[in-house]
Amino acid sequence: MKVLNCFKIVFIVLLFSCNKKNDELQVNSTDVTKANSNTIHPISADVKMVYIPGGEYKPFYGSDAVLTKVEPFLIDERAVTNSEFLAFVKANPKWKKSNIKKIYADSTYLRDWQSDTELPKNAKPDAPVCFVSWFAAKAFAQSVGKRLPTLDEWEFVAMADEVSANARTKSDYSDNIINLYLQKNRQYNQVKQSKPNYWGVYNVFDLIWEWTDDFNSVLTTNDSRTGQYEDKSLFCAGSATSSTDILNYAAFMRFALRTSLKANYTIANLGFRCAKDTIIIKNK
Amino acid sequence: MKYISYLFFSVVLFASCKEKKQKAAELPSDSIFNLTSNWKNQNNDSLQLKKLQGKTLVVVMIYTSCKSACPILVSKMKNIESKISRNDINNVSLVLVSIDPKTDTPQRLKEFAKDNKMDAPQWMFLTSNEGATQEFANVLSMKYKKISPIEFSHSNIISVFNANGELVSQEEGAIDVDKVAKTVHETVQNS
Repeated sequence: MKVLNCFKIVFIVLLFSCNKKNDELQVNSTDVTKANSNTIHPISADVKMVYIPGGEYKPFYGSDAVLTKVEPFLIDERAVTNSEFLAFVKANPKWKKSNIKKIYADSTYLRDWQSDTELPKNAKPDAPVCFVSWFAAKAFAQSVGKRLPTLDEWEFVAMADEVSANARTKSDYSDNIINLYLQKNRQYNQVKQSKPNYWGVYNVFDLIWEWTDDFNSVLTTNDSRTGQYEDKSLFCAGSATSSTDILNYAAFMRFALRTSLKANYTIANLGFRCAKDTIIIKNK
Repeated sequence: MKYISYLFFSVVLFASCKEKKQKAAELPSDSIFNLTSNWKNQNNDSLQLKKLQGKTLVVVMIYTSCKSACPILVSKMKNIESKISRNDINNVSLVLVSIDPKTDTPQRLKEFAKDNKMDAPQWMFLTSNEGATQEFANVLSMKYKKISPIEFSHSNIISVFNANGELVSQEEGAIDVDKVAKTVHETVQNS
């Protein structure tokens, strides 16, 4: 009889512990589903978008004779800020610092944030968000019903200085940008504190580097200023892409950065802004 | 008699508890099976990448209308396949992912597989939409650019993933097929 009681107890304990474990598992699995879910929950974004009429432009890489057509589009007048990204991760737990999958962002994702929902100490809410991967930037853009600008769109906007749409031929155009690039810790400053460019777009050069949707479309090796390829086997049809403007050193810096990036990289002064197709013009 | 049945149920309970635990084992955080994009294979079956879990994967991105480097990449994949031991082959999937989803429909991939004698069960051709393709290319750190409606430039990379979808190695450029085949063998042995 004693033995039977003993087994009864073991049985009950086991039953109980098993149930408990299953409960825990269920809780875990719903959490996992939430964190794995591909659905991006929308958040509202209060940022002015600027209309860019597009046109033909000479891309930095490509054949000299071929102009690339850029369709009209809308672009955020400024970069996505810390506070906006905070709202995004609150609505989309999958993208919180502690939930992020390594495949989507490397170990420095949102590096200085004090917790999943606390900005870095002393960070300005209106400073551009950095330490974000391409995947995270894409997801944010989706959450506000936008997309990342293409490389051509971004570079089209970047041709402008404060007074003209295309300042590339001005002798000090590249030098001025280089001077901005050389300022240290510029990414901690608030957005929109300097003058906008010709289109009304702020901080194209003076705060951060920016992700573009197709940053991985630059098919050059590390040092390819001459347009000659060390290793032709690296790319299929790679000769269609070589530099057209060897004096634009600022553009070289941007393209060098882009070629060195991988989509899960997160970097101290790399952020992003969003863009959108403009339907109004296409319908005309 | 009574306590035997209790003993029996206890054992069953214990065993079932254990099983549940194993099922809940999570994918590694850097596994490609975390991607939730939807794909179609050459047989027009819809699938997510985690369907490929459990096999060592040899992955390349190509497009079927390519006239320059892709035929070389395809022949390298065939060469790798031929070097994989027949003991290992059931544990390997050789996956060709299209970077031109508009042109490469499942039907077209099926024909391509047939024409290139890549229709054994270890061959898998995948196509999706532009967003999923771009995401996957970025997971492989692959560079590509559409340079005309029918032509892409792209980097030539063959990647090996283990059964959990973790990247084991990548060969870029002039790909050494013997090295890849050796990596595949070691990966199969380790999983």
